Amino acid sequence: MAASDRIVRWRYRLVPDHLLGEILTKRWVDNTIPVLILIAVAATFGWLISDFFSMSSVSSLMRQWGEFTLIALALMIVMVAGGIDLSVGSTFALGNIVALTLITVAGWSVPAVIAATLACGAFVGLVNGVLVGYLRLRAFLTTLVTLIIVRAIVDMLLLKYSVAIAAGFVDSDLWYYFGEGDVLGVPFSVATALVLALVAHLALSRSRVGWHVLAVGGSRRSAHNVGIPVRRIICMTYVVSGTLAALSGVLFASRLGGAGADTGVGLEIAALTAAVLGGNSLGGGRGSAAKAIIGAIIVMIMVNGLVRIGVTRGGSSLLLGMVLLAAVAIDVRWLKNRHKFLSKVYVSPTYSELPEAPATSGSSPYALNDRLRPVEAIGLDQIDGPEDVILDEDDNIYVGNRTGDIVRFFAPDYTRQEVFVHCGGRPLGMAFARDGSLICCIGGMGLYRITQDRRIERLTDETSRSWFSIIDDSRLRLADDLDIAPDGRIFFSEATIRYEMHEWPVDCLESRGNGRIICFDPRTGTTHTLLKNLVFPNGICMTHDGQSFLFAETWACRVSRYWFEGPKKGTVEVVIADLPGYPDNINRASDGTYWLALVGIRTPSLDLALKMPGFRKRMARRIAPDEWMYPNINTGCIVRFDETGRIIETLWDFGGENHPMITSMREHKGHLYIGGILNNRVGRLKLDGVDPGWTGWKSYWGQS
Amino acid sequence: MPGMGRLSQEQIVFVLAVGLCAVFAVALPGFLTTNNVLNLVRSVSILGILGVAMGLVVIGRGIDLSLVALMAISVAWTLSLIAGGMPLPQAIAIGLAFSLFIGAVNGWFVAYVEIPAIFATLAMGTLVYGFGRYFLFDLDVVYMPPAGEPLLWIGQGTLMGVPVPIYLFAGVCLAGYLFLRYAKAGRYLRAVGDNMLAARITGVPTRPTIVLQYVLSSLIGYLAGIITAASVASMNTRVAISTYVYDVILVVVLGGIGLSGGKGGIRNVIVGTLLIGVLLNGMTIMDIQYTVQNVIKGAILLTAIVIDTILNPRDEQTAQQGDI
Repeated sequence: MAASDRIVRWRYRLVPDHLLGEILTKRWVDNTIPVLILIAVAATFGWLISDFFSMSSVSSLMRQWGEFTLIALALMIVMVAGGIDLSVGSTFALGNIVALTLITVAGWSVPAVIAATLACGAFVGLVNGVLVGYLRLRAFLTTLVTLIIVRAIVDMLLLKYSVAIAAGFVDSDLWYYFGEGDVLGVPFSVATALVLALVAHLALSRSRVGWHVLAVGGSRRSAHNVGIPVRRIICMTYVVSGTLAALSGVLFASRLGGAGADTGVGLEIAALTAAVLGGNSLGGGRGSAAKAIIGAIIVMIMVNGLVRIGVTRGGSSLLLGMVLLAAVAIDVRWLKNRHKFLSKVYVSPTYSELPEAPATSGSSPYALNDRLRPVEAIGLDQIDGPEDVILDEDDNIYVGNRTGDIVRFFAPDYTRQEVFVHCGGRPLGMAFARDGSLICCIGGMGLYRITQDRRIERLTDETSRSWFSIIDDSRLRLADDLDIAPDGRIFFSEATIRYEMHEWPVDCLESRGNGRIICFDPRTGTTHTLLKNLVFPNGICMTHDGQSFLFAETWACRVSRYWFEGPKKGTVEVVIADLPGYPDNINRASDGTYWLALVGIRTPSLDLALKMPGFRKRMARRIAPDEWMYPNINTGCIVRFDETGRIIETLWDFGGENHPMITSMREHKGHLYIGGILNNRVGRLKLDGVDPGWTGWKSYWGQS
Repeated sequence: MPGMGRLSQEQIVFVLAVGLCAVFAVALPGFLTTNNVLNLVRSVSILGILGVAMGLVVIGRGIDLSLVALMAISVAWTLSLIAGGMPLPQAIAIGLAFSLFIGAVNGWFVAYVEIPAIFATLAMGTLVYGFGRYFLFDLDVVYMPPAGEPLLWIGQGTLMGVPVPIYLFAGVCLAGYLFLRYAKAGRYLRAVGDNMLAARITGVPTRPTIVLQYVLSSLIGYLAGIITAASVASMNTRVAISTYVYDVILVVVLGGIGLSGGKGGIRNVIVGTLLIGVLLNGMTIMDIQYTVQNVIKGAILLTAIVIDTILNPRDEQTAQQGDI
């Protein structure tokens, strides 16, 4: 191996490129940018102001933060549903003045004051909600106008009552508790904000109403079409928002006990900055309480930090404006380009060097011939994509169909067919269990059993999650082929955990070990992952000794053997290391050897490309998927080999005229039945000199 | 609107304005004197000029909430430069260049970064005000220095007995009308406002057109700012964070320029200005408290938006998700 190859190989072995794409598929990645900003802001101000994070400084900041977070939450709830509420600042001021007036001038009791103030806020919200939700006004302008009107009302109240408020005195410990008390050592306003944030989080992520809110924000038209009461939901979010803003005003009133003309002025800009900075999308559909909290912390630190440094009001509004612009810009661009970016970086090829391909001419065991020329077609044009073929003891043929059916052709002439079961998914590998039930790997679904009376039972659709994988690999994406051990355990392959079933050729571009072999134990009903990091594991076949199985790794062009019992238990041994093509299913032959389908033959260009990951990465990023270089999966052959890896014979369709596309084959009573995932038929070939009574079921279960 | 015959919003507003005029003329002594009428038109001419600026943006399906803040800060900067000893033309050039630059940045954010116009300009307004207060001047009010007195004529002078701002208002209206009617860019602007995707497909340079509308609004806004500064010999920068910009929107929406873009013209701005002018003038004569005036204006604006929504319902097919 050349030194440059070695460097490339180590580079791709050490740097896990694929993790970037996997991280980007995660929803929580949206939170990373806000958290990074938070860390940067906290670090900056902690460095600029020496005692910024001291106890006394933090505790005074905390109470303000609690009130501010309520406003941010209010805005978040409205934004998630696709609206916006600019009147929160005025509503906050209204809550403040109403609470103060009622408690000092009118002398109401504390619970009555709180109830009345919240009702005030809810009423403002209701006005907004009716206008925006039911009359479908533009949220931005409408709430802007209510901002002005409510502010004017606050000013009028101020003129009338501010002197009385300043002179009044409240004789209630409960009232002061809201502003100055602690709950378990946490300021009351912070405790309130955290509890309400938790409620909001649970409501948005777990409750029906919350899902409706998210759905309306995600797509108003679709939400309407599925029957969600869009107008009512929108109206409700404004009512909640107004109530929360008023509650924040009550806390503020209790803490400071005074009302000024500038209470809550510009608060909506700060809250909007907080909400957007936290990652809540303008226009809805994306948002959470956690995002609002993160945003509120950032804005709180920035505004207070600037005050502490001695920057005037102008400076902080300059900064808020810039931060808001930058946050919205990032939000808009990120939402727009995330998918594009993800599809560009998700495919991450790695270095893969295949052994020299053996010749397919001359005296090579793989030499071309036309022994598949006499293959007859069964069910021509009646089926679509029989990946695997299997026959029962009554000689009926079962094949999977692309439409999610398992189709049965009746012996002896196979002209009649029926849908054996409709199971959905994409039926792939099949095997008969001892009791005659059909076990089937269904791509996109998992491992299923179909009993003789056509009952479909799910055996398993998940396995244990890997500790350190980023994408959730517990769910089975592409269960491919299976075989059953004498003790009933089912071993099956999952070809790739990174791609959905229809994208399986893309996995070849990566040629990373994305696949695994999984064991399902019917006695305990448990599933566990046996072998990991296999390069597209495909066919699986029990050896005749019942202690091990053979498995094919398609993009690695090799066949290996794994011992699950006996003295070599737990070891893997390569049986054939250098196939000329891409191996698919393996099945037993009547004379103790094995049949192997090669779905396609390697090409020198792709072999070379596999050694050049950078080339394949550029290809995946720059040109359309239709133009990518894919493995040849159109022309293949059938190979027979023994346990030592010796190739005994090869069956070709020279020129690809009769039956070139092969993914599986099954020997049954002197005939070979051939399936192909892109075929419209099942092939049948008469074999010479083989045991005419041999069947697969007898070979597995007949002796015992 | 079967109950209202075939009247357009513009005509309704015009009738309302005339009716209000009649009521005031009867009820308020001194309303219908030449002096008061001239005063009325003069006092709303700045609002009207700003209305033309906002109208152009709204016709292009945008909105410019930074209009007043930008006007206040750029003109205040000009004044403080003059006070610092800079020659008048140079100071005006710098103020204008600043104004146009911010307008272009607004347009860039809206057209190229695709931030909703309402947000980009709201944040820009806050930013510009903060920039001015932090870097440029310390006091709220910047006074016209003696060196800037030639400017005073623009705001306080008269020509043939009619105050100059009225001529300027008329001039801006005429220019705006000609631009929308005859200039290629003006027609592009209306096409973009009517249906941006269709305009893009037909080959209209939509993004440059959007940038242009914000640059135009900042240009007209600067002119309005100079007139403001000239008529009161100072510029109060607190107007940037007041609700003045909503008065401007009120003029535009009330006049009948739909916020969904593509509809209306300069005539609508004039009608809207007339009604607001009469209203404000009447309320001032009646000595209604400032906060109550705000409530009344807010209520009228709200009504105007409701009517606008009913007359020009949002097209669910072309309305984009997140179009708030």
